[in-house]
Amino acid sequence: MAAASIHRNEKVAMTLLFIVLGMTGLAFASVPLYSLFCQVTGYGGTTQVSSGPKGIIDREMTVRFDSNVDRGLAWSVKPARAVTDRIGASETVSYTATNLTNRPITGMALFNVTPENAGYYFNKMECFCFTEQTLQPGETVEMPVTFFVDPELDQNHDLDTVHEITLSYSFFASDQEGS
Amino acid sequence: MANADAAHLEAHATGHDSAAEHDHGPTGWRRWLYSTNHKDIGIMYLVFSIIAGVIGGVLSGFMRMELQEPGIQIFHGLAAMSYGLEGDAALDAGKHMYNVFTTAHALIMVFFTVMPATVGGFGNYFAPLMIGAPDTAFPRINNIAFWLLPPAFLLTLMSLFFEGPAGMYGSGGGWTIYPPFSTSGQPGPAMDFVILSLHVAGISSILGAINLITTIFNMRAPGMTLHKMPLFAWATLVTAFLLLLALPVLAGGITMLLTDRNFGTTFFAPAGGGDPILFQHLFWFFGHPEVYIMILPGFGIVSHIVSTFSRKPIFGYLAMVYAMVAIGFVGFVVWAHHMYTTGLSLDVQRYFVAATMVIAVPTGVKIFSWIATMWGGSISFRTPMLWAIGFIFLFTVGGVTGVVLANAGADRALHDTYYVVAHFHYVLSLGAVFTMFAGWYYWYPKMFGLLYNEKLANAHFWVMFVGVNLIFFPQHFLGLAGMPRRYIDYPDAYGMWNRVSSIGYYITFISLLIFFWVMIDSVRKKRKAPDNPWGDGATTLEWTLSSPPPYHSFSTLPKIDSTNAH
Repeated sequence: MAAASIHRNEKVAMTLLFIVLGMTGLAFASVPLYSLFCQVTGYGGTTQVSSGPKGIIDREMTVRFDSNVDRGLAWSVKPARAVTDRIGASETVSYTATNLTNRPITGMALFNVTPENAGYYFNKMECFCFTEQTLQPGETVEMPVTFFVDPELDQNHDLDTVHEITLSYSFFASDQEGS
Repeated sequence: MANADAAHLEAHATGHDSAAEHDHGPTGWRRWLYSTNHKDIGIMYLVFSIIAGVIGGVLSGFMRMELQEPGIQIFHGLAAMSYGLEGDAALDAGKHMYNVFTTAHALIMVFFTVMPATVGGFGNYFAPLMIGAPDTAFPRINNIAFWLLPPAFLLTLMSLFFEGPAGMYGSGGGWTIYPPFSTSGQPGPAMDFVILSLHVAGISSILGAINLITTIFNMRAPGMTLHKMPLFAWATLVTAFLLLLALPVLAGGITMLLTDRNFGTTFFAPAGGGDPILFQHLFWFFGHPEVYIMILPGFGIVSHIVSTFSRKPIFGYLAMVYAMVAIGFVGFVVWAHHMYTTGLSLDVQRYFVAATMVIAVPTGVKIFSWIATMWGGSISFRTPMLWAIGFIFLFTVGGVTGVVLANAGADRALHDTYYVVAHFHYVLSLGAVFTMFAGWYYWYPKMFGLLYNEKLANAHFWVMFVGVNLIFFPQHFLGLAGMPRRYIDYPDAYGMWNRVSSIGYYITFISLLIFFWVMIDSVRKKRKAPDNPWGDGATTLEWTLSSPPPYHSFSTLPKIDSTNAH
């Protein structure tokens, strides 16, 4: 009896151990899954990337711009002024970034929109957000963003009361020496 | 639970001369340190839990003393005393120290008091006895699982004395350890100690869970089918599965915290493309099942006690079993109700509101069945029964406020207020802790072979019942009035109910003194407990053994032949 039951116990224990390993794996797999989820659903105000506008509808939307600079990055970044237009029209605005030091600094930007569930409808065709930028000492550059708001937004009744979307960029140093 | 008369066992428990059997095992400190005996390990878990509970309880005493009056009374002094700081530095460190105390209180109560007592202590001791197993499946893993706990506890305690934020000591971000405060906010080693402590405690619990599941699956006595298994064994089984599925996710999440802190990864840092909200998802995917881990064994204990002292089999046995399974299952898909304020879309909120409220259904089934068990029963209000009924009452109050908080709209106003504090203390500090005392008084004669003075034990119940209600009921009012959690100070308007709450703490403290008095009194008087001190209502297998049970129980397996032997 003893040998057989020990074997049986080990089988159960190994199965349970695999469950534990599987759940640990899932915890780590959640990191890429989560960002995939955000990109697909616009969760957390994740914006969409698009190649072209999809038509214009008769509802106005104001888009505001905001910028934040991490304290580790010695840049000043001025956001563009707000634009109001009909939903679906594509617009190009520019952020202005200046390197405040006398050495070259590489920075990059992260972004999202609020209200967060508008992210799914906020399409960017061209922007500076995916790439690192190096500013020479004292250099000032214009950073253009071309975007449009997807007219499908009108069908989402959660967003019926939304008349303003804010696009916010946060700038970080790409490496710790950037400061 | 059950009406199966103990006599259904054809082979009675063996090992009548337990003294002789002891000789086979190691003696002295070796008996405990090297122990592979599920009963000895269960006792060690319980003792560990009592020690940790006292420390965690004293920490909350400092908090209640601080909050007794508006303004800052004691923590700047404590900081000055402990860290040698002065003036404003002591004041700042004192404010942080208050948060460190709340954090340590929570971690100690969750991981080192409730879990060791319910799963480790009662689960280890009684689940094998109830299913007629001679021991657990992996006695040595059982030993390791227990002995991982003291070092884990030590790591948490040590974190109090290491730097957290610059110039302050300890980890003060709450038991939820959300980034960024737990990553860039507290660069000192205190947080690393907490993370490692959780790792070690987690491994301990996972090993314990594997051991208990294997035991329950493979080592039931002949005739003990799963559907005849006592409810406490079922509760242990479901809890062990929750541990197995939830803890690895916590381990993964805090490992990411650790690498974010020390190795430059950016899982939760936006600067590198991470998202701090992801940690909240991971944490609560563990954290919500965790609250059921703490309460489910208690559900099992209370079922036995209610049935024993009503002299009736439990009402709706199968519904009770599957209610626990359902609670465990649904517990995994409601986690974001802790995160209503993080910007979830309305549809997501709607889902989590509905799913959360669904949990009230199986929980209601349990409450209903306990009351139906008492209905028409021959009830005797012995000490364990008082605790069990107290639990049912308090848990129902906590459950009702839980349904209130499940509503995303209401939660937006009540989030992080004392209403939440009151809610989870009603279900845990009053709910789970009452089941622990209920189990302790129910099985004390069995575990130690001694009777206790029931008058004193009843006094313990009544004083504690009044005390804890006085602590936590006014906190509903404070929360509704908008008092936020986790602050050392508050406006004068909140003064009165805070004072009442603190008075409640002192009363509760006195009840704990009575608890220790009951134990000391019982040990001094040495009144031998009979095998079954509770009479005909107590029908599970542990009551067929001597009190205390022989070192090796069930060397010959009992046979369960009744058709209704649960």
